[in-house]
Amino acid sequence: MTIANGPERPTPTHADGAPSNGPYELTLYVTGQTVRSARAVATLRWISEQLRGACELTIVDVLERPQLAEDERIVATPTVIRRRPAPPRRLIGDLSDIGKVILGLDLPLGAAAAEGRSA
Amino acid sequence: MRPRRTIPSIEKLPTGIPGFDLIARGGLSKGRTTLVAGTAGSGKTMFATQFLVEGIRAQQRREPGVFVTFEEPPDDICQNVASMGWDIPAWEADGRWLFVDASPHPGDEADVVGSYDLGALMARIEHAVRQLGASRVSLDSLGAVFTRFPDGGIIRRELHRLVSGLKELGVTTVLTAERSDEAGEIARYRVEEFVADNVVILRNTLEQEKRRRTIEILKFRGTDHQKGEFPFTVLADQGIVVIPLSAIELKQKSSDVRITSGNTQLDAICGGGFFRDSVILVSGATGTGKTLLSTEFVDGGVGRGERCLLLGFEESREQLFRNAIGWGRDFAHMEQAGLLRVVCEYPESAGLEDHLLRIKAEIETFRPGRVAIDSLSALERVSTPKSFREFIIGLTSYIKEGEIAGLFTATTPTLLGGASVTEGHISTITDSIILLRYVELYGQMRRGLTVLKMRGSSHDKEIREFTIDDRGLHIGKPFRNVTGILAGNPRQATPGELERIEKLFPEGL
Repeated sequence: MTIANGPERPTPTHADGAPSNGPYELTLYVTGQTVRSARAVATLRWISEQLRGACELTIVDVLERPQLAEDERIVATPTVIRRRPAPPRRLIGDLSDIGKVILGLDLPLGAAAAEGRSA
Repeated sequence: MRPRRTIPSIEKLPTGIPGFDLIARGGLSKGRTTLVAGTAGSGKTMFATQFLVEGIRAQQRREPGVFVTFEEPPDDICQNVASMGWDIPAWEADGRWLFVDASPHPGDEADVVGSYDLGALMARIEHAVRQLGASRVSLDSLGAVFTRFPDGGIIRRELHRLVSGLKELGVTTVLTAERSDEAGEIARYRVEEFVADNVVILRNTLEQEKRRRTIEILKFRGTDHQKGEFPFTVLADQGIVVIPLSAIELKQKSSDVRITSGNTQLDAICGGGFFRDSVILVSGATGTGKTLLSTEFVDGGVGRGERCLLLGFEESREQLFRNAIGWGRDFAHMEQAGLLRVVCEYPESAGLEDHLLRIKAEIETFRPGRVAIDSLSALERVSTPKSFREFIIGLTSYIKEGEIAGLFTATTPTLLGGASVTEGHISTITDSIILLRYVELYGQMRRGLTVLKMRGSSHDKEIREFTIDDRGLHIGKPFRNVTGILAGNPRQATPGELERIEKLFPEGL
């Protein structure tokens, strides 16, 4: 799987501006190597980098591990679950809009970060 | 030249749902998806569940099943059918049933960012099917998928892929979908576009304050099925039971063996008794002697060692026994000998479909040679004309199929003359009709009997007077010089009139 890396990013900050190193745990469920899968993986890899080791990202291919999808009752792919911190949050889709992903998963990354990437 | 393409014909998979395979001429198309559409409360989930249950329970098949639920959580489904004796958790434990839970759970809500597919769902279903070696899959119900995911276009495309995927897996699938009303489009969200090959519609309509459930096979592409709506009922211990009334073929053998009516005088009038496999309708006003004729009919059978079933819908068991004693017949003794079974029920105790199934069950267990029903009119009260007609056809063909003699009574609404509504429905189906009428003569109530119809035989056409005493019914001489009995206004004909009537029809014709 190829990862689209952007140029150097500014330091990640939380919405209120304070630096964060909270333990984030994200699991992404995809079906095989589709365009949608690749996009979602790229977005989350980038986010994980921005979170500088405070984020643990797991990628599950449901074609290989269907039981894991069963356990979490995943219906649509791609689906990302933010397991930690509680309460869990879910998003579905190819996660092409990073700003919405950051908002939807409530991650400590400024909107500027997203803009910097898409620039 | 290219080699000729060989097209295998579509195989049928017997569902095991009682009655359904008969109207489906063998079952659902094997390896295909069938859309089962209906309004809320029409029995879709029951159908989807029972489709799997019957596959698991059938001794010779033992087909494991996968239930994909989009709406109700698995626990609820298990609970809802536990009362029917369907122990889904036990089947789950021994690897014959698997849920794929796609029902909405609190905390599973997700916003949508960008495009998506239902690949995970397909992967889970495929996983479940392979895990069990399942041959049956039920998906219930599609509407819930559309309300959960906002983009109808994507969902339709994905469901289309899902249906193709199921076909590749070789499983036979039931897919349920909502209809917004009984008359409109096949299903909401235009789902029939991708499962157009096989469509079954369940209906639950209110007709004259009675609930009427029907099932219709709208189409089975490339294979045969019965057309039209068939009533069905949901029994507490069996689930859906389809009543394939007109699907019963009219291939009854006609017997020329005569049996006694239980009354030698009546036998004589009928030209030597009733036919072995005929259905006789006795019509008359209240108190004319219909119950007595059924009692004698039963007695005539028991006297020859035949098992007889008497179904009472108007009087209680005790009352029927007392009546019989009054006419010199001892029902209690006949029951002890195992030759008689008297079953009394309130017509209102169940719908007509349920009554028909109960009657069939009684006949199946008791295996009688004769069945008497007193009266059909009581059953007519609790149904719509359409259901009643279907009931009569279903019952008559069932009785004839078993070569059982049937005697049904019908009550006319007026004391003098008149025809019952029941007669209108049934007269063409029965083989013989006996009319019992009150005849008012010189301020006295007398009773008259005539055989109106006797299929396949000649019979006495006169209207005869009859009396009832403690030994039963006695048929006497024909009413002479009286006309208008059947019309309800008997009057004495003068000798001059009689002479004129006789001259109307010259001798030798």
